[in-house]
Amino acid sequence: MIPAAFEYVAPTTVADALAALAEGGDEAKVLAGGQSLLPILRMRLNAPETVVDLGRIEALRGIREDGDALVIGAMTTYADLLASDLVREHAALVHAAIAEVADPQIRHRGTIGGALVHADPAGDVGAPVLALDGELVITGADGERTVAAADFFEDLFTTAVGDGELLTAVRIPKHTGWGAAYEKFVRVAHQWSIVAVAATVRMDGDTIAEAKIGLTNMGSTPLRAKAVESALAGSAATATAVGAAAASAAEGTTPPSDLNGDADYRRHLATVLTRRAVLAAAGR
Amino acid sequence: MSVSPDALVEIAEDVVAAEPQDSGARPEIGNPRLRKEDRRLITGRTKWTDNIVLPGMLHLAMVRSPHAHAKIVSIDASAAKDAPNVVDVVTAADFPDGMGVCANAWPITPDQVTPDHLPMAVDRVACAGEIVAAVVARSAAEARDAAELVDVEYEELPAVFDAQEAMTDQILAHPDKGTNKCAFWKLDSAEAGTGGNVDEAIAKAREDGIVIEREYRQQRLVPAFMEPRSTVVDPTGEQITMWSATQIPHILRFLIAATTGIPESKVRVIAPDVGGGFGGKLQTTPEEFVTLAVARRLAKPVKYTETRSESLVSAHHGRDQYQKLTLAATKDGAVTGLKVELLANLGAYVAIVGGGVPVLGAWMFNAIYKFPAYQFNCQTVLTNTTWVDAYRGAGRPEATYGIERLMDELAAEVGVDPLVIREKNWITHEEFPFTSVAGMVYDSGNYEVATARAKELFDYDALRAEQKQRRESQDPVQLGIGVSTFTEMCGLAPSRVLGSLSYGAGGWESASIRMLPTGKVEVITGTSPHGQGHETAWSQIVADRLGVPFEDVEVLHGDTQVAYKGLDTYGSRSLVVGGEAIVRAADKVIEKAKGFAAHLLEANADDLEFASGRYTVKGTDQGVGITDVALATFASHNYPEGIEPGIDADATFDPDNFSFPHGTHLCAMEVDTETGETTMRKYVCVDDIGHIINPLIVEGQVHGGLVQGIAQALWEEAVFDDNGTLVTGSFVDYTLPTAADTISFVTENTTSPSTTNTLGTKGVGEAGTIASTPAVVNAIVDALRPLGIHDIRMPCTPERVWKAIQSAGAHDGAATAEVAPHFHDDAPTNADPGTTGEGSPQ
Ligand SMILES: Cc1cc2nc3c(=O)[nH]c(=O)nc-3n(C[C@H](O)[C@H](O)[C@H](O)COP(=O)(O)OP(=O)(O)OC[C@H]3O[C@@H](n4cnc5c(N)ncnc54)[C@H](O)[C@@H]3O)c2cc1C
Repeated sequence: MIPAAFEYVAPTTVADALAALAEGGDEAKVLAGGQSLLPILRMRLNAPETVVDLGRIEALRGIREDGDALVIGAMTTYADLLASDLVREHAALVHAAIAEVADPQIRHRGTIGGALVHADPAGDVGAPVLALDGELVITGADGERTVAAADFFEDLFTTAVGDGELLTAVRIPKHTGWGAAYEKFVRVAHQWSIVAVAATVRMDGDTIAEAKIGLTNMGSTPLRAKAVESALAGSAATATAVGAAAASAAEGTTPPSDLNGDADYRRHLATVLTRRAVLAAAGR
Repeated sequence: MSVSPDALVEIAEDVVAAEPQDSGARPEIGNPRLRKEDRRLITGRTKWTDNIVLPGMLHLAMVRSPHAHAKIVSIDASAAKDAPNVVDVVTAADFPDGMGVCANAWPITPDQVTPDHLPMAVDRVACAGEIVAAVVARSAAEARDAAELVDVEYEELPAVFDAQEAMTDQILAHPDKGTNKCAFWKLDSAEAGTGGNVDEAIAKAREDGIVIEREYRQQRLVPAFMEPRSTVVDPTGEQITMWSATQIPHILRFLIAATTGIPESKVRVIAPDVGGGFGGKLQTTPEEFVTLAVARRLAKPVKYTETRSESLVSAHHGRDQYQKLTLAATKDGAVTGLKVELLANLGAYVAIVGGGVPVLGAWMFNAIYKFPAYQFNCQTVLTNTTWVDAYRGAGRPEATYGIERLMDELAAEVGVDPLVIREKNWITHEEFPFTSVAGMVYDSGNYEVATARAKELFDYDALRAEQKQRRESQDPVQLGIGVSTFTEMCGLAPSRVLGSLSYGAGGWESASIRMLPTGKVEVITGTSPHGQGHETAWSQIVADRLGVPFEDVEVLHGDTQVAYKGLDTYGSRSLVVGGEAIVRAADKVIEKAKGFAAHLLEANADDLEFASGRYTVKGTDQGVGITDVALATFASHNYPEGIEPGIDADATFDPDNFSFPHGTHLCAMEVDTETGETTMRKYVCVDDIGHIINPLIVEGQVHGGLVQGIAQALWEEAVFDDNGTLVTGSFVDYTLPTAADTISFVTENTTSPSTTNTLGTKGVGEAGTIASTPAVVNAIVDALRPLGIHDIRMPCTPERVWKAIQSAGAHDGAATAEVAPHFHDDAPTNADPGTTGEGSPQ
């Protein structure tokens, strides 16, 4: 379908982008990779007057080290992330999850910032960023602020990014040497997650010293399986021990019901996938 | 299913292995040529209907009903009319003489209840997606913008969606009709004299044999062709020209003339390159009639191209049946009777052949087995859903699913291997030609050979051993093996048979061949390819027959002015009917040119023989090539008495029987009992489609067909919610598979030539789809049968499989768990469509 007509601006600096957004007011929309926004416009679920394309802002693209953290520009594409040795080494969980997003065409367009701001609970980027205790850098007219991932996701398609603001960067504390796995459950290859589990573990010999687990599509936002994390700390990396810990993966979650499965089925899947993800992350 | 990383690589290697041969290197028939049409189709640099641009052309956007059943109270188009570059906004009221009718060409009974299907709703809509107004603008974007401004006030009416609910007549899809029951059609072997009394057979089996009673659901599917439907109408010439992405240009032309009153001679229909159809484009559509009417009204060329979302809800759907099946057998598994009770949901209107599609099952449920008694009952009903019509296989996949599932159930009941029960009951190769209990004459086949080869390729015994081992070790991943030994009837169709079924057309096909003076050959076919590769296959046939190079043959099709006579492409008919017409036209050309050749050689025509493109005088080395004859007749300076200049001929072929492809399909599925996820491990099929013109095209047809059939088993279902809104209204929710979801199939062929055409060919367009669905579901059920599971409703989603396992567990594996109560299942609804992605509101 054809989107309704809109004004198109493509600034080259964050300041110009913020100015364009301010000028556009309620009727302006940011365009990153367009992989979520364009379908919405084409199906006419939204008809902004102005579209502000961030694609020409070089400063928003790239991955760099900053002490104990990686700083990823909001406009960095999935493909850039997958090709990055820094990500593979220090944020293996992000690498594992992004490898499962959609297909190569979409991964060459879609951006980490767009995915996070879009905040689809079935999207694959939120859970790993949350599990890794990521921080989101938001820039507005009043300058920059940093929000913990745990506070960033507010609800279905709603984040801490306010009107007239931009997500400019994602800070991920380095998890060097942590094992990681993303278990994504789908019916067809190009599908969004029915449920997915992001797990990363720090091993101490045969024991799991520390585990961090994020859940995709188990509620209106990405979730942490904190109970499983504490049960795993200091546990043996055996199928039995991990399975026992994973049994509480769905506690407190409110997964949706749809054609792919009802809430009960998703809760069940979360426990199985958590066990599998943790064991895989532990190299088992 | 998970992705086999090797799948794409192996497919690519296959293609390389099948490197085409140069012309003349060997016979063209059997040469695995790459298709000559591929370059333009794959790059898209061709004439798709939407690529056509005419001077002054206007664009249409449709205003469609969001409601499944509603009265149209008022339509206010004033804002739309004022929008930029809008030329006109039309409703049905603007066409007092009508716009034509979407006709039903196959009323299955004289008393069939057939609501009028007008292209644009007049005062009531009977399904979501019906057109209530159309906006004409100078660009497609402006038409779309203005369509949003058309304000239609509806008064919603009670609506019925499910076929069983419709049977109660409590809510009427068309209140003026007084009932939802459309037609009832029956075939009884005792009445027809083709077999015994089925009720007696069942009664006897209840006493001392086995009775298997099952209810199966054929879910509703969307044909999901690649190219959305598109129509361009140019009314400015002496003739009105319509380009349309259709499978049926000839039938469309006829029905435009028949229902609008425009003289047939004033209508030219062109199906340029068409991107797939699968039956989904064998319709005369509201969109075509509306575009035609608007173009005539404004006397300007007009284009309409649907969006994918429009296509999913308003192009016809397929399947949607409830099946109640009763099979009687002796204790040791010899079948004694089969009773079929079908309930078919036709949607809001009886589509062009929509009412007849389920009836095709009448000749297919008995399949390859020797049932002594048989009865087929089919009730069709109307509902407030998208109309339903042919989808790849049309009636035969539904029947094949039913019988092949039942044969597995019988094997389980008797306690033997499913292949053993089939062998016990199938027609043996010595018994052909065989008159089936449904009255069909199967001309040829060899089920034994195909099955033996499939078993060998599949490594059947090894997989059975692995299955046993997994069962014993209680492996969380169980293995199942599914069998489908299908046959089907295709090559539609003997005109006399169609007449006896009150089908509105014949089943013949026509061809013309023209030898051009430069030695090139034009072949005109009445078939209308939309991706099948007719240009290549027909060229191969003609190249061999006339002894000319493949490259010198040009195949023309799809334009009623060029191919003036034809019945188009569907029902795997093009090669077995259209191909035979080509052979006959070629033979006429050879015969006609012979007279000239004899004249040129100063010999007696009876002394000439024709081979490899040359006429030679028997026993001499004197001869002349057919292309030289063509040049000589162009000049015609010197030709014999009583022969007309020019070498060309027409032929029309009307078959006297269908063709009956068959095959043995074996499928191994792994079932993860922890999650319900099913993964295809191996798929082998050995199909017998008679002689093969181009093995590469055949392989492509089989692969594509398999994927569509597997998709019915595992992935696809069109689901409406309680308001009649199509929940699976985009490809986010209608889970269509891609190459990444499939494995490499092992496909081979055996050859029992068909006797109904001289090439000995049988249709292959639908075989894969017909055979594969039950093979997959049989495999899944086979994996879980020790748990007491004997059915999973399609599509077998991981959730359904997992829940079946759960409820079987609750029964402690005892006896048979009723896992999927098909007839009383609430249609699943998407409680939270927003969570699935791109369609989500911001
Ligand atoms: C067929 C298909 C399949 C897909 N499958 C998956 C999948 O399996 N898993 C998955 O996770 N995703 C999937 N996606 C979505 C994909 O990951 C998107 O790319 C992603 O959700 C959005 O990223 P984008 O860069 O394209 O953002 P856009 O579409 O450009 O923007 C998305 C939203 O975020 C806003 N926005 C973007 N950037 C910023 C910013 N820097 N600051 C403020 N607001 C911003 C936009 O205004 C818009 O509202 C799929 C998409 C498609 C089309």
